Amino acid sequence: MATPTTTATLDLAARFPGAVSADARPGYKGWIVEKDKLIEVATAIRDEFGYDHLTAVTGVDYLPEGKMEVVYHAFKTTGGPVLTFKVQVPRVDPVEVPSVTSIWPGAEFQEREAWDLLGVKFTNHPDLRRILLWEGFEGHPLRKDWKEAFYEEDAKPFKSRWPEGKHVMAEEKNPFKDNINFPKDFDPEQWVPEGEAALYGALARYQVQEGSLKTDHIVINMGPQHPSTHGVFRAAVTVDGETVVSLKPVMGYLHRNHDKIGERNTFLQNMPFTDRLDYFNSMSNNFGYAVAVEKLMNIQVAERAEYIRVIMAELSRIQNHLVFIGMLGNDLGMMYTPALYAFEERELILDIFEAVSGSRMMCNYYRFGGVVRDLPEGVLEKIKGLVFERLPVKADELDRMLTENEVFVARMKGVKVIDAENAIRYSITGPVLRAAGVPYDIRRADPYSIYDRFDFDIPTRPNGDLMDNYLLRLDEIRQSLRILQQAVKQIPEGPVMTGKPQYQVRVPAGESYGRVESPKGELAFYVVSNGKPNPFRYHVRPPSFVNITALEKMCVGTKIADFIAILGVIDIVLGELDR
Amino acid sequence: MDGKGILKGLGVTAKRFWNTYWEDITWFFSGKKRYFNEDGVKARASKDTKGIFTVQYPEEKLIIPEEFRYVPFLVYDEADGKKEIRCTSCGICAKVCPPQCIWIVRTNDPVTGRPVPQPAEFYIDADICMNCGFCAEYCPFDAIKMDHDFEIASYNRNVFNLDKLMKPASYYESIRPLNATRENEARKAKEAAKAAKAEAA
Repeated sequence: MATPTTTATLDLAARFPGAVSADARPGYKGWIVEKDKLIEVATAIRDEFGYDHLTAVTGVDYLPEGKMEVVYHAFKTTGGPVLTFKVQVPRVDPVEVPSVTSIWPGAEFQEREAWDLLGVKFTNHPDLRRILLWEGFEGHPLRKDWKEAFYEEDAKPFKSRWPEGKHVMAEEKNPFKDNINFPKDFDPEQWVPEGEAALYGALARYQVQEGSLKTDHIVINMGPQHPSTHGVFRAAVTVDGETVVSLKPVMGYLHRNHDKIGERNTFLQNMPFTDRLDYFNSMSNNFGYAVAVEKLMNIQVAERAEYIRVIMAELSRIQNHLVFIGMLGNDLGMMYTPALYAFEERELILDIFEAVSGSRMMCNYYRFGGVVRDLPEGVLEKIKGLVFERLPVKADELDRMLTENEVFVARMKGVKVIDAENAIRYSITGPVLRAAGVPYDIRRADPYSIYDRFDFDIPTRPNGDLMDNYLLRLDEIRQSLRILQQAVKQIPEGPVMTGKPQYQVRVPAGESYGRVESPKGELAFYVVSNGKPNPFRYHVRPPSFVNITALEKMCVGTKIADFIAILGVIDIVLGELDR
Repeated sequence: MDGKGILKGLGVTAKRFWNTYWEDITWFFSGKKRYFNEDGVKARASKDTKGIFTVQYPEEKLIIPEEFRYVPFLVYDEADGKKEIRCTSCGICAKVCPPQCIWIVRTNDPVTGRPVPQPAEFYIDADICMNCGFCAEYCPFDAIKMDHDFEIASYNRNVFNLDKLMKPASYYESIRPLNATRENEARKAKEAAKAAKAEAA
């Protein structure tokens, strides 16, 4: 893909006098749109200015100012920098903002999340229910005045730990001996959930009566304990015979409110928590968070560290795609042979992660301005051995084993996942988007770190079916190997950290949106700082969660068995999806 | 649809199957042991590994790299049979700890009431510890280090106290030889510089 041409800076304030003003707060960028004009302005942003990909929607609770803000980040799929626009409304219930799902349907789940966690009511939203929390939950936890069950203080470090720390177990502090708060006069034994009725109601809206023959639709609950759902993911599916008529994903079984934990933590303390998002790719998660905070701190990363970062992120991508291929085999019924072959290579890559960072999966390796430590002795040779000798051969072996297998091809070919137009409308990123034929990869579209120095292609596939999704992963493994081969040759000597390692970093006030191409799509961190040691707002834009928005669109009309395969190729990870 | 692809794929599996036995045979005739010894495990974790890949825990264990990190411990130096703990209870580890699982009670001098650089109590709630390694990374006295002992499963809550956490410097040197040498040299250089400064003054 060509490097994006720079267009003249668009001036929304001049285009919409009175409705849009520039965000003048120090450290902030973008535009503040009047609530009543949002739909008009958003339509223009998409149709006139070409921002066809609404990547992230989230909210910030500015309690001191008495404002609730909804933040939108839009991009062009042809590449280029971000367009940020915001809507500010008074922080008085009901907090209402018009929904943009009519313009970008991909906003659906993210708006539901903002409603769930922040209590922003999106008017004209097709299905505004809680998404991550349970229906009986009281309050909206990301509001600044909400306190959790084990609440100690607003920010870490907690004062009780030192110098007079007397160890107390967390459960001793809660009357329920559990991490839960109930509303007054609430009895969990007597409670009847209303959410199920709402869920099945939402499903029923799509049911249609056809012809004179009356058949009953059946509702099937796939999951949350189902081996094909890659964790505790549940989908309520209505089927007509074997054909999917409507589908609603139900998630949040692994929810731990990562965002709220992140606001309590200091900037540095968030780093190991990001490992736990997409636990296959902790290196990529670290990368995204480091990029976001470094943007705010405005610091340069040490040259050698940049190379180490790219090497680790690309190894992580290879390892993720290997597991993807293996697990896709499992989903389709090729039990464990491809999966174990893939895991063998993954083990060797994890050995490298363990040697550099000390942990196989929870790496916690990146720091602001560099990485923790230099590559230990012998590790670079090990990486070279893998990327020059072993992995290319093994990728070919996997290719030889599966790609031409007639049974596999017959199962995969022609089962449409999504087409290019819908993939963009539904804010899909990553391999699923590229398999639909859109050459959009952040490493090229909006280069971060040192990806602009390497020679590699962005593979795409034209059909957007299951087979293309599988083949695209193989292509990406090969491209990642190309990047790695260049990186291990070019890596310079030098320090791996700018400045001294600090445990209390000074982050100036402002906002930043740092994004990286994680193996599953765009992983972005929206961080707001008010100059204190803890982030004021810390939001993760997980690729799995946003990609799943289009799940119903993908599955309606296909067979129930294809739902498993489609869910498999989206490549969700529940640690990230539920956060 | 002529089954060529399937046969090609089966060829890969057949080769793997063949390798499992061929590797064992070659190792046997070269007189080396492939299983239950360190060389065998090392070979299985190298880039040239072929055949059976699994490591049969607990009889065999993967070779732990030096940087491997698990629940932290406190280092003490042995001087004249006395345990001299390096920790000064400055509290940096407790402040930097992301899940806040470190609890330190500072010692106060009973006469003057002034703080003494030594912890009176030190707790690490190992069930809450997320093994991130920040405490070891930011400790200015090399007093808290990450352990290699990962077999700490138990039926109870693991709350480690000072007794359980203290381990000798020799143990630290045995699990992290490179790090320990580097740190010892840095410390010696610092002391020498201090002594030179004191002499000059």
